[in-house]
Amino acid sequence: MDPRKEFIKQLRRYEKGSISRRHFLGVTGLGTAMAVMAAEVPGLLPRKAWAAGSIGDKVSLATWPNYHDPKDFEAFTAQTGAAVEVSVFGSNEEMLAKLQAGGTGWDVFVPTNYTVSTHASLGLIEPLDLKKIPNYDIAANDARLIKEGTVNGTVYGAAKDWGTTGFAVNTAKVKENPTSWKQFWDLTQGAYSGRVTVHDYQLTTIGNALKYYGYSFNSNDEKELADAEKLLMAAKPNLFAITSDYQPAFRNGDAWLGICWTGDGKQLHRDIPEITYVLGKEGGEVWTDFYAVPKSAPNREGGYALINFLLDPAINATEVKFHGQPSTDSRTNKLLPEELLKDPIMYPAAELLAPLEFGSAATFTNPARAELMARFKAA
Amino acid sequence: MQGPRKWDWTAILLMSPSVAIFLGLLVMPILVVLVLSFGERAEAGGYQAAFTFAQYANLPARWAAFRNTLTLAPLGTVLCLLAAYPLAYYLAVKVSSRNRLLLLILVIVPFWTSFLIRTYAWIFILGGKGLPALLDMIGVPDVRFINTPFAVLVGIVYGYLPLMVFPIFVSLERLDKRLLEASDDLGASPARTFWQITLPLSAPGAVTGCMLVFILLMGEYLIPALLGGGKVFFIGNALVDLFLQSRNWPFGSAVAVSLVVIMLVTVTLYLRVTLRNRGMRDQALV
Repeated sequence: MDPRKEFIKQLRRYEKGSISRRHFLGVTGLGTAMAVMAAEVPGLLPRKAWAAGSIGDKVSLATWPNYHDPKDFEAFTAQTGAAVEVSVFGSNEEMLAKLQAGGTGWDVFVPTNYTVSTHASLGLIEPLDLKKIPNYDIAANDARLIKEGTVNGTVYGAAKDWGTTGFAVNTAKVKENPTSWKQFWDLTQGAYSGRVTVHDYQLTTIGNALKYYGYSFNSNDEKELADAEKLLMAAKPNLFAITSDYQPAFRNGDAWLGICWTGDGKQLHRDIPEITYVLGKEGGEVWTDFYAVPKSAPNREGGYALINFLLDPAINATEVKFHGQPSTDSRTNKLLPEELLKDPIMYPAAELLAPLEFGSAATFTNPARAELMARFKAA
Repeated sequence: MQGPRKWDWTAILLMSPSVAIFLGLLVMPILVVLVLSFGERAEAGGYQAAFTFAQYANLPARWAAFRNTLTLAPLGTVLCLLAAYPLAYYLAVKVSSRNRLLLLILVIVPFWTSFLIRTYAWIFILGGKGLPALLDMIGVPDVRFINTPFAVLVGIVYGYLPLMVFPIFVSLERLDKRLLEASDDLGASPARTFWQITLPLSAPGAVTGCMLVFILLMGEYLIPALLGGGKVFFIGNALVDLFLQSRNWPFGSAVAVSLVVIMLVTVTLYLRVTLRNRGMRDQALV
């Protein structure tokens, strides 16, 4: 039989499903041809940075809500063969507690600036092997923002992004145009009782209650904390919720006012323009999140591969477009559209940034603050 | 005239898995928690060896959590009972045996979906764009359900209903129908038959159901966390906070020990009161 006719006949059979793909490739010789071509012309195959399976089939990441573009994880899996297993947390305490208890199974997690030194001194994270993260170019990052990733000259954290802690306002409902923490807490106890959320997180909730009195966000002074507790207890019956996952409440129209991080403010504003993001004029918090590798990481190589992948400026730019937190990396910024770089939510005016404070390790680990928060929640 | 006692190896072999589980996963952890509860919080959180009653002295700081649990758990149990009894009665007595299987399956089917997801769904039903929006449309504005004790109770009744239905169903189904006929023959009205025959005979099932629901509710964490918005606080939530947020293991252990003690006392009292007669005690599945 004419081999062309035979080929067409087999193709029809394959199309109708009466033979399998393998059988089709076998009888027509196409399979052999493909195998030969693949071996001789490797460039025809999709390139993989890692041989499939070399970093295992799973990398485990502990991170924050709404903090990554799922498409980037899919791209990582396509490139490396390793799926990304994501767990989401609402506070640094919880991440620390899980690491202290052991057996987290995380290969990478995302601690905030003031926690890196605590993790390092407790021996929970390892000094980063920077050779494995060529995409993290320290010189290209804003030195003021990434300094706390380094403890005593050793780099423990590769900067992910930075941001501020302000509050979200649904301007369709809240007409007072609040610009200060004083107004925030007064409105909470007044006109918008039942419509306000605060973080389930001592550092920001207590810190911004302290700002009501004009105290430092980082105050650990007994009397000042007592004042903050008084305010929080008075505000509690007026709160809609105490939660770090507050976007659903804003999107449902249940919450109109609430303590908010940059990225959540940006995401809410992007989808619902009447929700705006405000920095209290008394100040508050500026922060940087870092990628870090726990000493207990079961798949270190996978963890490093994931960090390196996500810090690739091109990938990082898609991440920023998704989560709306500004990047610390100037190479990433070059890839971002002009309107993002001029966005007042992501890049607040200098006079609003000036009074902001970085949270401190002492603020984070202060047991009195932890117990204050627990009392506030249990009240 | 007894010889030296022989080891019954079969019995030992058969018992050993459950004894190992009992010792390793119940007794041991409770002992660990008990020891921790007399310790101190370490500087960076966790546990530091000590012997102090300070943690127990601090218990009143969690009074609201105990109060919420001790009011909402019994209330939730009673609401479950009220909702489950008619359903179980209907299933056991009124439905033809052909439809009964189908209806029982319908009661079980929700269990195929994760409890978390089913509870999460209530956030949207009770949230601003759910029932309140519907009520607003028919002229009842500004109703709020989510993040209130009411929302938590709805979640409890929804989540725990099957646990209450099945024990009651079983006891009603086992009920000797001839007793009902006898009662009828002797001139009792249907209502009287129900109060004097059906209800007492199904009581063991109700007691079992109440125990199942109440004990689980005392440790409930998820429903208050999701439907209470961190505002309706149970002991379970206080425990999670103490271990995961403030990382105060000794105080968390003291709260846990108190919870265990409270449960032992209330459950014992409850069984004493409800199962006064011996016959019932034999029948109850507890």
